[in-house]
Amino acid sequence: MTSHDDKNKDNKPETTGHEWDGIREYNNPLPRWWVWCFIATIIFAIGYCIYYPAWPKIKEATKGIAGWTQYSQLEEQMAELEAIRFEHNEQIAKKSISQILDDNDLRRFAEAGGKATFALHCSQCHGSGGQGGEGFPNLLDDEWLWGGTISDIEYTIRHGIRNDIDEDARTSMMSAFGQDQILNRNQIKDVIQYLKLISGKIKNSTESTDRGMDIYAENCASCHGDKGQGNQYIGAPPHNNHIWLYGGDDKTLFESIYYGRGGVMPPFEGRLSDEEIKKLVIYVHSLSGGE
Amino acid sequence: MVATTNNNTGEVKYYDKAIRYFTISAIFWGIIGFTVGLFIACQLFLPSYLNIGEYFTFGRLRPVHTSAVIFAFGGSVLIATSFYCVQRTCRAALYGGDKLSMFVFWGYQLFIVLAASGYVMGITQGREYAEPEWYVDLLLTVVWVAYFVIFMGTILRRKEQHIYVANWFYLAFIITVAVLHIFNNLAIPVEINGWKSYSAFSGVQDAMVQWWYGHNAVGFFLTAGFLGIMYYFVPKQINQPVYSYRLSIVHFWALIFLYVWAGPHHLHYTALPDWTQTLGMVFSLMLLMPSWGGMINGIMTLSGAWHKLRTDPIIRFMIVSISFYGMSTFEGPMMAIKEVNALSHYTDWTIGHVHSGALGWVAMISFSALYYLVPRLWNKERLYSLQLVNLHFWICTIGIVLYITAMWVSGIMQGLMWRDYDENGYLTYSFAETVAQMEPYYIIRALGGFLFLIGALVMTYNLWRTIKGDLREEEPVGGEYAKKLQAQAA
Repeated sequence: MTSHDDKNKDNKPETTGHEWDGIREYNNPLPRWWVWCFIATIIFAIGYCIYYPAWPKIKEATKGIAGWTQYSQLEEQMAELEAIRFEHNEQIAKKSISQILDDNDLRRFAEAGGKATFALHCSQCHGSGGQGGEGFPNLLDDEWLWGGTISDIEYTIRHGIRNDIDEDARTSMMSAFGQDQILNRNQIKDVIQYLKLISGKIKNSTESTDRGMDIYAENCASCHGDKGQGNQYIGAPPHNNHIWLYGGDDKTLFESIYYGRGGVMPPFEGRLSDEEIKKLVIYVHSLSGGE
Repeated sequence: MVATTNNNTGEVKYYDKAIRYFTISAIFWGIIGFTVGLFIACQLFLPSYLNIGEYFTFGRLRPVHTSAVIFAFGGSVLIATSFYCVQRTCRAALYGGDKLSMFVFWGYQLFIVLAASGYVMGITQGREYAEPEWYVDLLLTVVWVAYFVIFMGTILRRKEQHIYVANWFYLAFIITVAVLHIFNNLAIPVEINGWKSYSAFSGVQDAMVQWWYGHNAVGFFLTAGFLGIMYYFVPKQINQPVYSYRLSIVHFWALIFLYVWAGPHHLHYTALPDWTQTLGMVFSLMLLMPSWGGMINGIMTLSGAWHKLRTDPIIRFMIVSISFYGMSTFEGPMMAIKEVNALSHYTDWTIGHVHSGALGWVAMISFSALYYLVPRLWNKERLYSLQLVNLHFWICTIGIVLYITAMWVSGIMQGLMWRDYDENGYLTYSFAETVAQMEPYYIIRALGGFLFLIGALVMTYNLWRTIKGDLREEEPVGGEYAKKLQAQAA
């Protein structure tokens, strides 16, 4: 290009002789490097079209000499990963969860696999780190609605909670105490005060908490326990701690009691393989140490 | 309001009224479009505060941003500059005069307002860059035909023997956009009391038609049209002949022939058949040199006069713009290669690529054309301030560089995180974890967009003072060197 520069300076190239609104055009030749690069891309394109599927014919397109398809590429890449996982997965399939837990190498593999499955299937509700969200249990703390032992967790994952898909799904129902006119608004407000007392949010009892205690004993204790200790057989959360699934403020507690609550979780049996479920159980159990 | 001009073959009346209107609308919609862009950029790192109600969510505001900058800002610049260029390079008055061109103006404004208000209310076809429903599409078709009639009519009554290269590009842009618009928007309305319609195509054919449209919206709206701007305003501002007539012919025909095939690269690794993907990729690669032909012709037009960059910030805008054009038309074919696309697709890299073209090339060449046009359209001696043009240039360039580098880093990081496997053969990251990693880059991107908007506001102020007829007393751009030149001239 420098040669053109010099030419322009010292001895201007010819223009085409046309002029539009004062604009003229030099008749410089096409830059050589530009022409060669253009030809190179065309040659590459022709070669690529011979190597890969490219030109449509009447019924199907040319297949290309590489025999490549995007599906064969996917299969190859998946097979590579399968090969990496193969040996460990064979072991996982053969062994029980407790046997896997006893084998450090296999346990670490199961946790890594469980984490990947969790990211894909569970993180949408329970959060990418298992931290949960409003209405979706936190899996990092020590409170387990339906039990935190290996077998409890496995059952919950296999069958889910309150779904119509799996007959063996865990189930229970909290009444809509307000909507169904079991309690009136003032009674609900008294129960809320009592809940705040037993969860430690307020220190001293008042007239309201006293009334709330009686209402609680009559309506709530059968599921949530006489001291608010909860009941894992029916997924009734304890009330004697700071953990609130939907929120511990007055407004949310009022909603919970007025309309009732009942979270749903789908079953994963059938959707995940037995090996995947084993790995997932081990991962979830490892998050907080389980029960 | 008919401006007149003298030239050596007699007096031709030019119709400039609609050009003035489109110039104002370009500035107006530019500011709106950049502001909405900044807002949605902030939504990405402040999602719970800035997604307001159903109307101002990211999903509804994003098409407001894209349509405002591409069609409202870019479209107004294209129509204004094409009306200006075609009259002067044909030495012929605008066909249809003020009446038809003002019909195009108001029709186009109505199109913009109907489209944008529809998006906010949730009326959309869900086709990227072609979101407006059928009633807006019909309106645009009528307006576009009128635009074509004006442009073609003016060319047909030209007093120059040859058609100038800028007009080839404008004409290719007008005709191809019409064809793209009509075919991609073929749809059947399905509601009597609403606006919903369904596409005439289905499944993978529908996707292919959409990206044939989508890619050529880039190729013909944002490339061919703006090359038209380059071919007129760059030699005018530099006051030198265009570098190579032969190159302009070859790269014009190569560009418009190759561009229409490149759409399938938007659908790599999808249900689109392998052979279609191959063709999309190789045509994109062959497009590299024809695209660079425009860059060579633009930049080399300055050869032998590089010193003008020291004193003329408008030329700085032009040269940096053409450089961004060269960079993004290199990046585009690279991203069309399947292996690269497997990494880049669906990531922020694409956003970065689009913005290096849109902010760097399209907007900067538009700003230079606006700076050229305004004093001439309002018969002013010169711009209010060249120092402010220079300020705009630097704020704008820094903003763009921040924007695109942030998106490169976040996009490549995103792509690498998505595909990352640990030593056990399991995916390392959940999707949410990859999103969380984007936050700092989203903030840097918003900062870049903020600077870009500030630059545009500086331009708006400068052009407003110019139209008012004010002249700023100031040091010349280029400091001592410029003073020396002025002294020599004196």
